Amino acid sequence: MRVTVDQEKCVGSGQCVLSAEKVFDQRDEDGIVVLLDPEPPADQHDDVRQAAIVCPAMAIDLVE
Amino acid sequence: MDTSTELSSQERLQTRSDETVPAYPMDRAPRCPFDPAPELRSLDEGGPLNRVRLWDRSTPWLVTGYAEQRQLLADPRVSADTKNPGYPHPTPATRARREQARTFLSMDDPEHARMRRMVTGSFAIKRVEAMRPAIQQIVDNLIDQLLDGPRPVDLVQAFALPVPSLVICELLGVPYADHAFFQRNSSTLVNSGSSAEAGLEAQSNLVEYLNDLIGRKLASPADDLLSLLAAEQVATGALTQRELAVTSVLLLIAGHETTANMIALGTVALLEHPEQLADLRGTDDPAFVAGAVEELLRYLNITHFGRRRVALTDIPVGGHTIRAGEGIVLANEVGNRDQEVFPDPDRLDLHRDARRHVAFGFGPHQCLGQPLARVELQVAYRTLYRRIPDLRLAVALEDVRFKHDGLVYGVYELPVTW
Repeated sequence: MRVTVDQEKCVGSGQCVLSAEKVFDQRDEDGIVVLLDPEPPADQHDDVRQAAIVCPAMAIDLVE
Repeated sequence: MDTSTELSSQERLQTRSDETVPAYPMDRAPRCPFDPAPELRSLDEGGPLNRVRLWDRSTPWLVTGYAEQRQLLADPRVSADTKNPGYPHPTPATRARREQARTFLSMDDPEHARMRRMVTGSFAIKRVEAMRPAIQQIVDNLIDQLLDGPRPVDLVQAFALPVPSLVICELLGVPYADHAFFQRNSSTLVNSGSSAEAGLEAQSNLVEYLNDLIGRKLASPADDLLSLLAAEQVATGALTQRELAVTSVLLLIAGHETTANMIALGTVALLEHPEQLADLRGTDDPAFVAGAVEELLRYLNITHFGRRRVALTDIPVGGHTIRAGEGIVLANEVGNRDQEVFPDPDRLDLHRDARRHVAFGFGPHQCLGQPLARVELQVAYRTLYRRIPDLRLAVALEDVRFKHDGLVYGVYELPVTW
Protein backbone atom coordinates (compact mmCIF):
# COMPACT_ATOMS: atom_id res chain seq x y z
CA MET A 1 0.00 0.00 0.00
CA ARG A 2 1.22 3.48 -0.90
CA VAL A 3 -0.35 6.52 0.80
CA THR A 4 -0.33 10.13 -0.36
CA VAL A 5 -1.99 13.15 1.27
CA ASP A 6 -2.99 16.54 -0.14
CA GLN A 7 -2.26 19.21 2.45
CA GLU A 8 -4.03 21.85 0.34
CA LYS A 9 -7.30 19.93 0.53
CA CYS A 10 -6.95 19.00 4.23
CA VAL A 11 -9.38 20.75 6.60
CA GLY A 12 -7.84 19.51 9.83
CA SER A 13 -10.75 17.38 11.02
CA GLY A 14 -8.25 14.99 12.63
CA GLN A 15 -10.21 11.88 11.69
CA CYS A 16 -7.18 10.29 10.01
CA VAL A 17 -5.23 10.56 13.28
CA LEU A 18 -8.11 8.96 15.18
CA SER A 19 -8.25 6.14 12.62
CA ALA A 20 -4.53 5.45 12.11
CA GLU A 21 -2.29 7.36 14.50
CA LYS A 22 0.85 5.52 13.38
CA VAL A 23 0.40 6.73 9.82
CA PHE A 24 -1.07 10.24 10.19
CA ASP A 25 -0.35 13.21 12.42
CA GLN A 26 -1.29 16.90 12.41
CA ARG A 27 0.93 19.98 12.16
CA ASP A 28 1.05 21.72 15.50
CA GLU A 29 0.29 25.20 14.22
CA ASP A 30 -2.74 24.56 12.03
CA GLY A 31 -3.81 20.91 12.40
CA ILE A 32 -3.08 20.11 8.75
CA VAL A 33 -2.29 16.46 8.00
CA VAL A 34 1.28 15.15 8.19
CA LEU A 35 2.04 11.76 6.65
CA LEU A 36 4.24 9.71 9.00
CA ASP A 37 4.49 6.55 6.93
CA PRO A 38 3.81 6.53 3.17
CA GLU A 39 4.17 2.73 3.02
CA PRO A 40 2.49 1.42 6.17
CA PRO A 41 2.85 -2.24 7.18
CA ALA A 42 0.01 -4.68 6.48
CA ASP A 43 -1.40 -4.55 10.01
CA GLN A 44 -2.15 -0.83 9.47
CA HIS A 45 -3.96 -1.19 6.15
CA ASP A 46 -7.51 -1.49 7.51
CA ASP A 47 -7.01 1.60 9.67
CA VAL A 48 -5.61 3.56 6.73
CA ARG A 49 -8.56 2.55 4.54
CA GLN A 50 -10.87 3.75 7.32
CA ALA A 51 -8.96 7.05 7.44
CA ALA A 52 -9.41 7.53 3.70
CA ILE A 53 -13.16 6.82 3.95
CA VAL A 54 -13.81 9.25 6.80
CA CYS A 55 -11.57 12.08 5.54
CA PRO A 56 -14.15 14.79 4.77
CA ALA A 57 -11.84 16.54 2.30
CA MET A 58 -10.97 13.30 0.48
CA ALA A 59 -7.35 14.35 0.91
CA ILE A 60 -5.98 10.81 1.34
CA ASP A 61 -5.13 8.69 -1.71
CA LEU A 62 -4.28 5.00 -1.56
CA VAL A 63 -2.66 2.76 -4.14
CA GLU A 64 -2.89 -0.88 -3.18
CA MET B 1 -51.57 40.15 6.00
CA ASP B 2 -52.81 38.33 2.92
CA THR B 3 -49.68 38.28 0.77
CA SER B 4 -51.38 36.44 -2.10
CA THR B 5 -52.94 39.70 -3.29
CA GLU B 6 -49.46 41.13 -3.79
CA LEU B 7 -48.19 38.31 -5.98
CA SER B 8 -47.97 38.67 -9.74
CA SER B 9 -49.95 36.19 -11.83
CA GLN B 10 -46.76 34.38 -12.72
CA GLU B 11 -45.87 34.03 -9.02
CA ARG B 12 -49.36 32.76 -8.31
CA LEU B 13 -48.97 30.08 -10.98
CA GLN B 14 -45.60 29.15 -9.56
CA THR B 15 -47.03 29.00 -6.05
CA ARG B 16 -49.94 26.84 -7.17
CA SER B 17 -47.66 24.30 -8.84
CA ASP B 18 -45.42 24.32 -5.77
CA GLU B 19 -48.32 23.31 -3.53
CA THR B 20 -47.77 19.71 -4.63
CA VAL B 21 -44.18 19.87 -3.39
CA PRO B 22 -43.98 18.82 0.28
CA ALA B 23 -43.13 21.50 2.84
CA TYR B 24 -39.76 21.17 4.61
CA PRO B 25 -38.82 20.66 7.39
CA MET B 26 -41.29 17.91 8.28
CA ASP B 27 -42.48 16.99 11.77
CA ARG B 28 -41.07 14.01 13.62
CA ALA B 29 -43.53 11.44 14.96
CA PRO B 30 -44.07 12.34 18.65
CA ARG B 31 -43.77 8.67 19.65
CA CYS B 32 -40.42 8.29 17.84
CA PRO B 33 -38.46 11.32 19.02
CA PHE B 34 -35.09 9.87 17.94
CA ASP B 35 -36.12 9.06 14.38
CA PRO B 36 -36.20 11.40 11.36
CA ALA B 37 -39.63 12.63 10.26
CA PRO B 38 -41.67 9.77 8.74
CA GLU B 39 -42.50 11.93 5.69
CA LEU B 40 -38.78 12.44 5.12
CA ARG B 41 -38.19 8.69 5.21
CA SER B 42 -41.05 8.11 2.72
CA LEU B 43 -39.55 10.65 0.33
CA ASP B 44 -36.21 8.85 0.58
CA GLU B 45 -37.87 5.56 -0.36
CA GLY B 46 -38.78 7.18 -3.69
CA GLY B 47 -35.15 8.15 -4.38
CA PRO B 48 -32.22 10.05 -2.91
CA LEU B 49 -33.22 13.43 -4.41
CA ASN B 50 -36.59 15.16 -4.13
CA ARG B 51 -37.94 18.69 -4.32
CA VAL B 52 -39.21 20.31 -1.12
CA ARG B 53 -40.78 23.67 -0.37
CA LEU B 54 -39.22 26.02 2.20
CA TRP B 55 -40.72 28.83 4.30
CA ASP B 56 -40.04 31.33 1.48
CA ARG B 57 -41.74 29.05 -1.10
CA SER B 58 -38.45 28.24 -2.79
CA THR B 59 -38.20 24.61 -3.89
CA PRO B 60 -34.62 23.37 -3.43
CA TRP B 61 -33.48 19.78 -3.83
CA LEU B 62 -33.64 17.68 -0.71
CA VAL B 63 -30.88 15.07 -0.68
CA THR B 64 -31.50 12.08 1.60
CA GLY B 65 -29.07 9.47 0.23
CA TYR B 66 -25.84 8.90 2.14
CA ALA B 67 -23.66 8.50 -0.97
CA GLU B 68 -25.23 11.50 -2.73
CA GLN B 69 -24.76 13.66 0.37
CA ARG B 70 -21.07 12.83 0.60
CA GLN B 71 -20.63 13.39 -3.12
CA LEU B 72 -22.29 16.81 -3.10
CA LEU B 73 -20.77 18.09 0.16
CA ALA B 74 -17.27 17.34 -1.16
CA ASP B 75 -17.92 18.85 -4.61
CA PRO B 76 -16.26 22.27 -5.15
CA ARG B 77 -19.06 23.12 -7.62
CA VAL B 78 -21.42 23.12 -4.64
CA SER B 79 -21.26 26.42 -2.75
CA ALA B 80 -21.88 27.27 0.91
CA ASP B 81 -21.83 30.99 0.14
CA THR B 82 -25.07 32.49 1.39
CA LYS B 83 -24.66 35.46 -0.96
CA ASN B 84 -25.35 33.24 -3.97
CA PRO B 85 -28.93 33.58 -5.29
CA GLY B 86 -30.75 30.30 -4.73
CA TYR B 87 -29.11 29.56 -1.38
CA PRO B 88 -31.81 27.84 0.71
CA HIS B 89 -31.94 29.80 3.96
CA PRO B 90 -33.39 27.82 6.90
CA THR B 91 -35.37 30.74 8.39
CA PRO B 92 -35.98 34.48 7.87
CA ALA B 93 -33.72 35.12 10.87
CA THR B 94 -30.76 33.15 9.49
CA ARG B 95 -31.12 34.92 6.14
CA ALA B 96 -31.07 38.34 7.81
CA ARG B 97 -28.12 37.38 10.02
CA ARG B 98 -26.00 36.06 7.16
CA GLU B 99 -26.55 39.34 5.29
CA GLN B 100 -25.14 41.20 8.30
CA ALA B 101 -22.22 39.00 9.23
CA ARG B 102 -20.63 36.08 7.43
CA THR B 103 -18.33 33.51 8.99
CA PHE B 104 -16.29 30.80 7.27
CA LEU B 105 -19.44 28.65 7.43
CA SER B 106 -20.82 30.80 4.61
CA MET B 107 -17.68 31.10 2.49
CA ASP B 108 -16.11 28.97 -0.21
CA ASP B 109 -12.44 28.19 -0.64
CA PRO B 110 -9.97 29.85 -0.77
CA GLU B 111 -11.58 32.46 1.57
CA HIS B 112 -13.09 29.69 3.72
CA ALA B 113 -9.78 27.82 4.06
CA ARG B 114 -7.90 30.99 5.03
CA MET B 115 -10.38 31.87 7.78
CA ARG B 116 -10.81 28.32 9.04
CA ARG B 117 -7.10 27.58 9.21
CA MET B 118 -6.65 30.41 11.71
CA VAL B 119 -8.34 28.26 14.30
CA THR B 120 -7.91 24.61 13.23
CA GLY B 121 -4.70 24.20 15.25
CA SER B 122 -6.61 24.74 18.49
CA PHE B 123 -8.89 21.80 17.69
CA ALA B 124 -6.16 19.36 16.61
CA ILE B 125 -6.26 15.92 18.24
CA LYS B 126 -3.20 16.34 20.48
CA ARG B 127 -4.27 19.81 21.61
CA VAL B 128 -7.73 18.53 22.51
CA GLU B 129 -6.39 15.38 24.18
CA ALA B 130 -4.26 17.64 26.37
CA MET B 131 -7.52 19.21 27.57
CA ARG B 132 -9.00 15.85 28.61
CA PRO B 133 -7.93 16.07 32.29
CA ALA B 134 -9.40 19.59 32.57
CA ILE B 135 -12.63 18.39 30.93
CA GLN B 136 -12.74 15.43 33.34
CA GLN B 137 -12.36 17.87 36.24
CA ILE B 138 -15.21 20.04 34.97
CA VAL B 139 -17.45 16.97 34.59
CA ASP B 140 -16.53 15.64 38.06
CA ASN B 141 -17.16 18.99 39.74
CA LEU B 142 -20.60 19.30 38.14
CA ILE B 143 -21.52 15.74 39.18
CA ASP B 144 -20.36 16.51 42.75
CA GLN B 145 -22.76 19.47 42.75
CA LEU B 146 -25.55 17.33 41.28
CA LEU B 147 -25.13 14.70 44.00
CA ASP B 148 -25.13 17.37 46.70
CA GLY B 149 -28.17 19.15 45.28
CA PRO B 150 -31.93 18.61 45.28
CA ARG B 151 -33.74 15.88 43.36
CA PRO B 152 -35.22 15.88 40.81
CA VAL B 153 -33.01 18.24 38.87
CA ASP B 154 -32.98 19.55 35.30
CA LEU B 155 -30.00 17.78 33.77
CA VAL B 156 -29.81 20.36 30.95
CA GLN B 157 -29.17 23.31 33.29
CA ALA B 158 -27.21 21.36 35.90
CA PHE B 159 -24.91 19.37 33.60
CA ALA B 160 -25.47 19.18 29.83
CA LEU B 161 -25.23 22.93 29.20
CA PRO B 162 -22.49 23.84 31.73
CA VAL B 163 -20.03 21.12 30.56
CA PRO B 164 -19.41 22.43 27.03
CA SER B 165 -19.99 26.06 28.09
CA LEU B 166 -17.22 25.85 30.70
CA VAL B 167 -14.91 24.10 28.23
CA ILE B 168 -15.39 26.58 25.36
CA CYS B 169 -15.12 29.54 27.77
CA GLU B 170 -11.81 28.17 29.03
CA LEU B 171 -10.53 27.56 25.50
CA LEU B 172 -11.58 30.94 24.09
CA GLY B 173 -10.96 32.99 27.22
CA VAL B 174 -14.59 34.07 27.63
CA PRO B 175 -15.63 34.69 31.28
CA TYR B 176 -18.04 31.90 32.28
CA ALA B 177 -19.67 34.42 34.64
CA ASP B 178 -21.33 35.84 31.51
CA HIS B 179 -22.94 32.50 30.62
CA ALA B 180 -26.55 33.58 31.23
CA PHE B 181 -26.07 36.41 28.73
CA PHE B 182 -24.47 34.39 25.95
CA GLN B 183 -26.66 31.30 26.43
CA ARG B 184 -29.81 33.43 26.22
CA ASN B 185 -28.72 35.12 22.98
CA SER B 186 -27.39 31.87 21.59
CA SER B 187 -30.68 30.05 22.18
CA THR B 188 -32.46 32.81 20.22
CA LEU B 189 -30.07 32.20 17.32
CA VAL B 190 -30.66 28.44 17.20
CA ASN B 191 -34.47 28.61 17.50
CA SER B 192 -36.13 28.35 14.10
CA GLY B 193 -39.09 30.38 15.34
CA SER B 194 -37.04 33.51 16.06
CA SER B 195 -38.02 36.54 13.98
CA ALA B 196 -35.47 38.27 11.76
CA GLU B 197 -35.42 41.19 14.23
CA ALA B 198 -34.82 38.96 17.25
CA GLY B 199 -32.10 37.02 15.40
CA LEU B 200 -30.32 40.22 14.36
CA GLU B 201 -30.53 41.64 17.87
CA ALA B 202 -29.14 38.47 19.47
CA GLN B 203 -26.33 38.35 16.92
CA SER B 204 -25.54 42.02 17.44
CA ASN B 205 -25.47 41.53 21.23
CA LEU B 206 -22.96 38.71 20.91
CA VAL B 207 -20.77 40.46 18.33
CA GLU B 208 -20.59 43.60 20.48
CA TYR B 209 -19.80 41.55 23.58
CA LEU B 210 -16.97 39.66 21.87
CA ASN B 211 -15.71 42.81 20.17
CA ASP B 212 -15.29 44.42 23.61
CA LEU B 213 -13.66 41.30 24.98
CA ILE B 214 -11.19 41.10 22.08
CA GLY B 215 -10.35 44.76 22.61
CA ARG B 216 -9.44 43.98 26.21
CA LYS B 217 -7.35 40.99 25.13
CA LEU B 218 -5.45 43.16 22.66
CA ALA B 219 -4.58 45.46 25.53
CA SER B 220 -3.73 42.72 28.03
CA PRO B 221 -3.39 39.24 26.47
CA ALA B 222 -3.98 36.04 28.44
CA ASP B 223 -3.20 32.41 27.58
CA ASP B 224 -6.32 31.72 25.50
CA LEU B 225 -7.43 31.44 21.88
CA LEU B 226 -9.01 34.90 21.62
CA SER B 227 -5.81 36.54 22.89
CA LEU B 228 -3.79 34.53 20.39
CA LEU B 229 -6.09 35.40 17.48
CA ALA B 230 -6.21 39.06 18.53
CA ALA B 231 -2.40 39.21 18.47
CA GLU B 232 -1.94 37.14 15.29
CA GLN B 233 -4.81 38.47 13.21
CA VAL B 234 -6.08 41.82 14.49
CA ALA B 235 -2.79 43.38 15.62
CA THR B 236 -1.21 42.45 12.26
CA GLY B 237 -4.14 43.79 10.23
CA ALA B 238 -5.04 40.39 8.72
CA LEU B 239 -8.55 40.70 10.17
CA THR B 240 -10.48 43.59 11.61
CA GLN B 241 -11.49 43.35 15.25
CA ARG B 242 -15.11 43.04 14.16
CA GLU B 243 -14.32 40.20 11.73
CA LEU B 244 -12.66 38.30 14.55
CA ALA B 245 -15.63 39.07 16.84
CA VAL B 246 -18.03 37.61 14.25
CA THR B 247 -15.93 34.43 13.93
CA SER B 248 -15.68 34.19 17.73
CA VAL B 249 -19.47 34.28 18.05
CA LEU B 250 -19.58 31.18 15.85
CA LEU B 251 -16.96 29.38 17.96
CA LEU B 252 -18.75 30.27 21.20
CA ILE B 253 -22.20 29.16 19.99
CA ALA B 254 -21.11 26.06 18.09
CA GLY B 255 -18.88 25.18 21.01
CA HIS B 256 -21.71 24.75 23.48
CA GLU B 257 -25.12 24.44 21.80
CA THR B 258 -24.38 21.25 19.90
CA THR B 259 -22.55 19.29 22.59
CA ALA B 260 -25.07 20.34 25.26
CA ASN B 261 -27.88 18.91 23.18
CA MET B 262 -25.92 15.71 22.49
CA ILE B 263 -25.30 15.16 26.21
CA ALA B 264 -28.96 15.62 27.17
CA LEU B 265 -30.54 13.86 24.16
CA GLY B 266 -27.98 11.04 24.36
CA THR B 267 -28.98 10.53 27.98
CA VAL B 268 -32.66 10.23 27.03
CA ALA B 269 -31.78 7.74 24.28
CA LEU B 270 -29.62 5.64 26.61
CA LEU B 271 -32.24 5.63 29.38
CA GLU B 272 -34.70 4.29 26.79
CA HIS B 273 -32.18 1.56 25.86
CA PRO B 274 -31.15 0.27 29.30
CA GLU B 275 -29.22 -2.75 28.00
CA GLN B 276 -27.06 -0.44 25.87
CA LEU B 277 -26.58 1.92 28.79
CA ALA B 278 -25.48 -1.03 30.96
CA ASP B 279 -22.81 -1.92 28.37
CA LEU B 280 -21.52 1.66 28.38
CA ARG B 281 -21.61 1.92 32.17
CA GLY B 282 -19.80 -1.37 32.60
CA THR B 283 -16.90 -0.90 30.23
CA ASP B 284 -13.34 0.08 31.02
CA ASP B 285 -12.39 0.21 27.36
CA PRO B 286 -11.86 3.77 26.04
CA ALA B 287 -12.21 2.45 22.47
CA PHE B 288 -15.71 1.14 23.28
CA VAL B 289 -16.68 4.50 24.77
CA ALA B 290 -15.33 6.29 21.67
CA GLY B 291 -17.31 3.92 19.43
CA ALA B 292 -20.44 4.44 21.53
CA VAL B 293 -20.11 8.21 21.05
CA GLU B 294 -19.90 7.74 17.25
CA GLU B 295 -23.04 5.59 17.31
CA LEU B 296 -24.94 8.14 19.40
CA LEU B 297 -23.81 10.89 17.00
CA ARG B 298 -25.07 8.80 14.05
CA TYR B 299 -28.32 7.76 15.66
CA LEU B 300 -29.29 11.16 17.07
CA ASN B 301 -27.84 13.45 14.38
CA ILE B 302 -28.89 16.61 16.16
CA THR B 303 -28.46 19.00 13.19
CA HIS B 304 -31.89 18.19 11.75
CA PHE B 305 -32.55 21.29 9.60
CA GLY B 306 -30.23 20.01 6.88
CA ARG B 307 -26.92 21.23 5.54
CA ARG B 308 -27.57 24.04 3.04
CA ARG B 309 -25.81 24.60 -0.27
CA VAL B 310 -26.35 25.99 -3.79
CA ALA B 311 -25.13 24.59 -7.12
CA LEU B 312 -22.66 26.75 -9.08
CA THR B 313 -22.99 24.69 -12.28
CA ASP B 314 -25.20 21.87 -13.54
CA ILE B 315 -24.40 18.73 -11.54
CA PRO B 316 -25.69 15.25 -12.40
CA VAL B 317 -26.36 13.22 -9.27
CA GLY B 318 -28.66 10.39 -8.20
CA GLY B 319 -30.44 10.20 -11.58
CA HIS B 320 -31.21 13.94 -11.68
CA THR B 321 -29.39 17.08 -12.77
CA ILE B 322 -29.16 19.86 -10.21
CA ARG B 323 -29.10 23.07 -12.27
CA ALA B 324 -26.81 26.02 -11.62
CA GLY B 325 -28.39 28.32 -9.04
CA GLU B 326 -30.63 25.67 -7.50
CA GLY B 327 -30.63 25.23 -3.74
CA ILE B 328 -29.63 21.97 -2.07
CA VAL B 329 -30.66 20.79 1.41
CA LEU B 330 -28.85 17.71 2.71
CA ALA B 331 -30.74 15.76 5.37
CA ASN B 332 -27.90 14.13 7.28
CA GLU B 333 -30.24 12.50 9.78
CA VAL B 334 -31.69 10.40 6.94
CA GLY B 335 -28.25 9.71 5.43
CA ASN B 336 -27.21 8.33 8.81
CA ARG B 337 -30.12 5.87 8.62
CA ASP B 338 -29.06 4.48 5.19
CA GLN B 339 -29.32 0.70 5.54
CA GLU B 340 -26.73 0.09 2.83
CA VAL B 341 -24.15 1.78 5.05
CA PHE B 342 -25.52 1.02 8.52
CA PRO B 343 -27.42 -2.30 8.62
CA ASP B 344 -30.58 -2.20 10.77
CA PRO B 345 -30.10 1.58 10.88
CA ASP B 346 -32.95 2.43 13.27
CA ARG B 347 -31.40 0.31 16.00
CA LEU B 348 -29.18 2.10 18.51
CA ASP B 349 -26.24 -0.31 18.73
CA LEU B 350 -23.22 0.96 20.65
CA HIS B 351 -21.26 -2.06 19.40
CA ARG B 352 -21.49 -1.18 15.70
CA ASP B 353 -18.79 0.66 13.71
CA ALA B 354 -20.53 3.99 13.04
CA ARG B 355 -17.45 6.05 12.21
CA ARG B 356 -18.59 6.80 8.66
CA HIS B 357 -21.59 8.80 9.90
CA VAL B 358 -22.27 12.28 8.53
CA ALA B 359 -23.48 13.87 11.79
CA PHE B 360 -20.57 16.35 11.57
CA GLY B 361 -21.29 16.88 7.87
CA PHE B 362 -18.79 16.06 5.14
CA GLY B 363 -16.52 17.99 2.80
CA PRO B 364 -14.45 21.09 3.57
CA HIS B 365 -17.05 22.46 5.99
CA GLN B 366 -17.15 19.37 8.19
CA CYS B 367 -17.38 20.41 11.85
CA LEU B 368 -14.24 22.16 13.02
CA GLY B 369 -14.86 21.34 16.67
CA GLN B 370 -15.46 17.61 16.26
CA PRO B 371 -12.34 16.47 18.16
CA LEU B 372 -13.39 18.61 21.13
CA ALA B 373 -16.99 17.41 20.92
CA ARG B 374 -15.81 13.80 20.91
CA VAL B 375 -13.68 14.18 24.03
CA GLU B 376 -16.42 16.10 25.87
CA LEU B 377 -19.01 13.45 25.04
CA GLN B 378 -16.70 10.56 25.91
CA VAL B 379 -15.92 12.07 29.31
CA ALA B 380 -19.48 13.22 30.04
CA TYR B 381 -21.29 9.97 29.13
CA ARG B 382 -18.61 7.78 30.66
CA THR B 383 -18.55 9.61 33.98
CA LEU B 384 -22.20 10.57 34.48
CA TYR B 385 -23.74 7.08 34.25
CA ARG B 386 -20.99 5.45 36.25
CA ARG B 387 -21.10 7.95 39.10
CA ILE B 388 -24.93 8.06 39.13
CA PRO B 389 -25.75 4.46 38.17
CA ASP B 390 -29.47 4.70 38.96
CA LEU B 391 -30.01 7.95 37.03
CA ARG B 392 -33.55 7.97 35.59
CA LEU B 393 -36.16 10.30 34.11
CA ALA B 394 -38.28 12.06 36.73
CA VAL B 395 -41.12 12.50 34.21
CA ALA B 396 -42.70 10.27 31.58
CA LEU B 397 -40.91 10.26 28.22
CA GLU B 398 -43.99 11.80 26.58
CA ASP B 399 -43.68 14.78 28.93
CA VAL B 400 -40.13 15.58 27.82
CA ARG B 401 -40.17 18.64 25.53
CA PHE B 402 -38.10 17.90 22.44
CA LYS B 403 -36.66 20.76 20.35
CA HIS B 404 -38.73 20.16 17.23
CA ASP B 405 -38.38 23.88 16.48
CA GLY B 406 -34.64 24.03 17.12
CA LEU B 407 -32.01 24.38 14.41
CA VAL B 408 -30.22 21.97 16.74
CA TYR B 409 -32.31 19.06 18.02
CA GLY B 410 -32.38 18.11 21.68
CA VAL B 411 -34.55 18.60 24.76
CA TYR B 412 -35.49 21.85 26.50
CA GLU B 413 -35.39 20.38 29.99
CA LEU B 414 -34.56 16.94 31.29
CA PRO B 415 -35.90 16.33 34.81
CA VAL B 416 -33.93 13.42 36.25
CA THR B 417 -33.58 11.77 39.63
CA TRP B 418 -31.67 8.83 41.11
